[in-house]
Amino acid sequence: MICINGVKIEKTSIKLSEYLSENNLSASRIAVELNGEILPKSKYDETMLKDGDVVEVVNFVGGG
Amino acid sequence: MKIKINGKKAETNQSTLFSAAAEFGCKTQNTVTIINGFQTSKDVDIKENDEIVFIEKGKIPDKDEFEAMLSARHTPRVYEAAKNSRVAVAGLGGLGSNIALMLARTGIGTLHLIDFDVVEPSNLNRQQYMISHLGLYKTDALKEQIMQINPYVNVICDCEKVEEKNCTELFKDDEIVCEAFDNPEAKALLVNNLLENRSDVFIVASSGMAGYEKSNSITTKKITDRFYVCGDGTNEAKQGRGLMSPRVTICAAHQANAVLRIILKEFDV
Repeated sequence: MICINGVKIEKTSIKLSEYLSENNLSASRIAVELNGEILPKSKYDETMLKDGDVVEVVNFVGGG
Repeated sequence: MKIKINGKKAETNQSTLFSAAAEFGCKTQNTVTIINGFQTSKDVDIKENDEIVFIEKGKIPDKDEFEAMLSARHTPRVYEAAKNSRVAVAGLGGLGSNIALMLARTGIGTLHLIDFDVVEPSNLNRQQYMISHLGLYKTDALKEQIMQINPYVNVICDCEKVEEKNCTELFKDDEIVCEAFDNPEAKALLVNNLLENRSDVFIVASSGMAGYEKSNSITTKKITDRFYVCGDGTNEAKQGRGLMSPRVTICAAHQANAVLRIILKEFDV
């Protein structure tokens, strides 16, 4: 199970880049926290989320 | 016993507020009296280490007393911590102008203000500027107001656009940074750049505060030990959903209070 933004997903692995594109999340507008640490942008493409991972994708929307 | 009266250390044997006032020649009529950050009109008992301020209405205090009076409503421990801290505010629009003024009123010792833009008429619906500021750089307009509110704040201005190439250098002396940009790419750039390259920085960012949706949908979330995000996370500014003063100010207040809590080492949300 993988937990992304508080939602439990019954899978043992997901490609981060696939999750982002399926959810219409643009890499230039987000910050990704993986198990308590910020994931560097350069690792988005290669990162495979695995069983037990807890992920928060912060999506920045316009306005301020 | 030792007490502080109008910011100055004093020694007294008096046991009540009014008797101490009499001893040190302070009036209690037509006067605002504040003991340990709390305003009172009663002749309450005093004790060792109390901080007392008597502010005679309508009288301009001398310079020494002035800072003590400005900070009199702050809880003593809070004021000391605020005074010794430095906070960067990146972006001085609806969020940043409000955050900076709130932090100035709170007595933050050093404010580092960053924005490249000038004040224009469409800013006035939510940003802390006035007609007289139109055409001025936001850094200058905001500094002028801070000096009118609390002249003891050290204000450092950088009239620059934050980009990958200058990010590290611009924020090198900052350990607490408020992300208060309008543009989502700029928000993500600052947050990722600082969090990837600096292990010593706290960042309080924002996402989602447009329109007039429910006030209570705006929250402060803690993402990592050093990364907080305020806002509702979804309501972007777009056609038909503009940025309006109430919700932008609510979000700014979330950010300012998150900063204050970090300064006071209260890290939960």
